[in-house]
Amino acid sequence: MIHTKKAESMPRDDIDQLQVEKLQTTLNRVYRNVAFYKNRFDQCATDIGKIGGVNDMRHLPLTSKADLATSYPYGMFAVPLRDIVRIHTTSGATGRPIVMGYTKNDLCHWAELVARSLSAAGINEHDFVQVAFSYSLFTGGLGFHYGAELIGASVIPSSESADMRKQITVMKDYKVTALVSTPTYALKLAHELREMGVHPEELHLKNGVFGAEPWNQTMREQIEERLHINAFDNYGISEVLGPGIAAECECKNGLHVNEDHFIAEIIDPKTLEPVSEGVQGEVVLTTITKEGFPLVRYRTGDLASLMPGACACGRTFRRLSRVSGRTDDLIIIKGMKFFPSQIEEVLHTVEKITPHYQVVISRNDGLDEMELRVEMSDKIPFFDEIRKLEELKADISRHIKQELNITAKVIFVEPGSFIHEPGKKAKRVIDRR
Amino acid sequence: MIRVRNLESGYGALRVLKGVSLHVDKGEIVTIIGANGAGKSTLLKTLASIVRPRSGTILLNRAPVVRSSAETIVAMGCSLVPEGRHVFGAMTVVENLALGAYIQYKRGKKYEIEEDLPYVFSIFPTLLARKTQLAGTLSGGEQQMLAMARALMARPGLLMLDEPSMGLAPLMVKELFSVVRRLRDEGKTILLVEQNAKAALGVADRGYVLETGRIVLEGASRELLDNKDVQRAYLGKEYRKINE
Repeated sequence: MIHTKKAESMPRDDIDQLQVEKLQTTLNRVYRNVAFYKNRFDQCATDIGKIGGVNDMRHLPLTSKADLATSYPYGMFAVPLRDIVRIHTTSGATGRPIVMGYTKNDLCHWAELVARSLSAAGINEHDFVQVAFSYSLFTGGLGFHYGAELIGASVIPSSESADMRKQITVMKDYKVTALVSTPTYALKLAHELREMGVHPEELHLKNGVFGAEPWNQTMREQIEERLHINAFDNYGISEVLGPGIAAECECKNGLHVNEDHFIAEIIDPKTLEPVSEGVQGEVVLTTITKEGFPLVRYRTGDLASLMPGACACGRTFRRLSRVSGRTDDLIIIKGMKFFPSQIEEVLHTVEKITPHYQVVISRNDGLDEMELRVEMSDKIPFFDEIRKLEELKADISRHIKQELNITAKVIFVEPGSFIHEPGKKAKRVIDRR
Repeated sequence: MIRVRNLESGYGALRVLKGVSLHVDKGEIVTIIGANGAGKSTLLKTLASIVRPRSGTILLNRAPVVRSSAETIVAMGCSLVPEGRHVFGAMTVVENLALGAYIQYKRGKKYEIEEDLPYVFSIFPTLLARKTQLAGTLSGGEQQMLAMARALMARPGLLMLDEPSMGLAPLMVKELFSVVRRLRDEGKTILLVEQNAKAALGVADRGYVLETGRIVLEGASRELLDNKDVQRAYLGKEYRKINE
């Protein structure tokens, strides 16, 4: 079902007009209210008055994650703090968290956009929606929650609990018909179901909306087969909004970008020039309705393309292909994000030296596993005492869990195990997924 | 109905509008609010082709009208009720209305004019009572009614009102705005420029906030009423000083 037909199936030239108006308004506002943008536009000699259409956007400077980090915590807010009614942050796993503020209107829009995504996945007021995203500073839980409430569904805020059995009991006894979670979590639930001997047919699940990490068609098939549901992809990044930026419709062929609230561009991550439709590149997003935390041409680091042509579902918003990867070496495992350099830091704090290491990520039965191989060297003390080595392993593992919230299997390998071609850096990460 | 892109306009060396984009869909009431000197009246005058834009496009029913004359705009179904009424004081109410119907007369729609006269009197019964009175002797509110009635005589699809509430008693403002709502219900599209933000947002579907020639906010009226910037700047709501 199309939640807001008037907006979502608007003729293309109406969308165009709307985007220009809202873009210009946003630019006028950020120029006036956000010191960062004023300085940036002045430095780049960007005359925002010259931005007469969406095609002129290439003349605007890009905003990077580093820009947001330097404005920590409230530097990028475009309204006085007293107008902010909600704060969320990114996980901060990759450094200082980015703090996002939402005004009352922002929250209304957000709920509306999530409601659209859920409706597109066939969820309506008769559904029982279990939101298994963590309810916290993270945007997933509360983001989906209010959208599901807006469509009138019965919302079960079970959060992303580690107690899978409890989660399944809720799912079974409360006759949950729709699951909202990360795809990894859905597979974990499926795994637990099998352990508990619960057949998916004993559940009432029909639909699922999954997001917050990249997942592919194979995972979709596994989720659909193991939970007996229809699984839909949802694209959202916390800095820009949270869930609800783009979502799959019943055609499951690309995610409709909510173009009345965002302008999506795809650029070549090297030349930073826009690429044409259908070509893969980095997703760059501009918010055109946000009051609290507006962003102009934000580089998401996600790789995808804008798909040409119209969708059979009747929505006229352009479609984003499913995210296929990252422009940087960010690793996303079980919804947690980190850079290899952070492993390095952990090893450094534990051992006071930086040994050679390698991260191996594999997917076993749909679940991601991480193995950390650390090269032995004479610099590691007591490297010939098994018991102490075991202790050291546990220590590294515990620190990684603490810092990155990831369970890693640590193994020590012989010196010289990471053979690399001369002149090339050793491969730090092997992703077998 | 009307679609404006990157409109720049002004008087001589004075740049008033600095790239304004907006649209009004059929059957909508859209308001433009802003302080003195923001460029509200210039915008309406430019849309009515009284002031020539420097650049930008205006599409009226999808036809570009930037080079059209003011009378062509009226003929295309877009009438302006100017700020300060501008009724012909030395003429009677009916004569004023007859002038408003000039374009209809030229179209040869005499029968429709006959129909329209009772129609505007049904909207503004006070005018019927003062039919033969000289317009200059009417009260401010009545003159405003006459100005609106005169514009309606041209049967416009889009009616542009420039500060209709100016200088009027609150009760009169209320009455005028209920007329605005009625006109919309009867199928007219209305672009309303106002300083009285509260009244305007109360009646409009959407709004734009114009500041020094630029649009800084836009959205559904409810959203604008909820927006703290609008509340502080235009609705006179004061806030406790909080350390930020």
